[in-house]
Amino acid sequence: MIDNLIIESTVKTPEVKLNSNGFLEISGKSIPENSIAFYQPLYAWLDNYATNPAAKTELKISLEYFNTSSSKCLLDVLRKLDVLNKSGKSSVSVTWYYEDGDDDMLEAGDDYKSLVPLPFSFMKV
Amino acid sequence: MDIFKYYSELEQGRIILSFKGKISEEFLSSVYQTMENHFEEGAEDVRLKKKIYYILIECLQNVFHHTGNLNDENGKSDFEGNDNAIFMISKSLADNYVITTGNFIPEKKISALKDRIDSINKMSKEELKALYLDQLNSTELSEKGGAGLGIIDIARKSGSKLNYSFHSVNPETSFFTLSIEIK
Repeated sequence: MIDNLIIESTVKTPEVKLNSNGFLEISGKSIPENSIAFYQPLYAWLDNYATNPAAKTELKISLEYFNTSSSKCLLDVLRKLDVLNKSGKSSVSVTWYYEDGDDDMLEAGDDYKSLVPLPFSFMKV
Repeated sequence: MDIFKYYSELEQGRIILSFKGKISEEFLSSVYQTMENHFEEGAEDVRLKKKIYYILIECLQNVFHHTGNLNDENGKSDFEGNDNAIFMISKSLADNYVITTGNFIPEKKISALKDRIDSINKMSKEELKALYLDQLNSTELSEKGGAGLGIIDIARKSGSKLNYSFHSVNPETSFFTLSIEIK
């Protein structure tokens, strides 16, 4: 089992909880100027996790805002999980949370759903 | 400059925030915080607040990434320009929020930028979505963090055309302004 990756939120970056038991969560705001620098450790963790994953992997994305530079990084996170799902080593699902009335955030989730063939569910909060 | 007119506009809430100077990461943090506080007190609905905030972030990050000493792919600076910028949040006569930015850009980048904005302005909501998804799916992030998505996203979320102008400062440099009314 690998160590969990826990990152606390800041004004511009989200709270991240990647647990080796398969519960993954990204929540808050993701609006850094340099998003690659922020997401690099998440990619590394996911690559590592994929070598010995839990039977079930659940990603919860609960973002208030994200910028377009983060949108690319989120897609890369989802693609890594899609590869994991297709490998058959773990059954991956994604839950996309959005605030009641935030149509743009709902549409953003729908955009990802159309790009990545992972099972998505949507949750209004 | 008519300072009283400026004061009156501030007083009436027409100008909510304005700034001239260098746009740093620290400055962006404080703008985001200020606008969040502003919206907490305001009566705008969730959808509108978020739209304004999204567009504000993209506009400011555009300026942040494209101002001053721009480096080409070889890390060579091609523009020893003025890295000051201006930024304003105001209300239009129709009482819509307007976000305006202004920054210096190299003259030789104008034509590509103008073509890009013109083509985006001609697109329908559906075409913008298709372009956004295509760029998101295919483009790599640049060194500066952008993926060319910002301007598409601004057009998508604002629901209005991107107003722009170029003001020639000298043979190598122009001042570029971008203004978006959020409907």
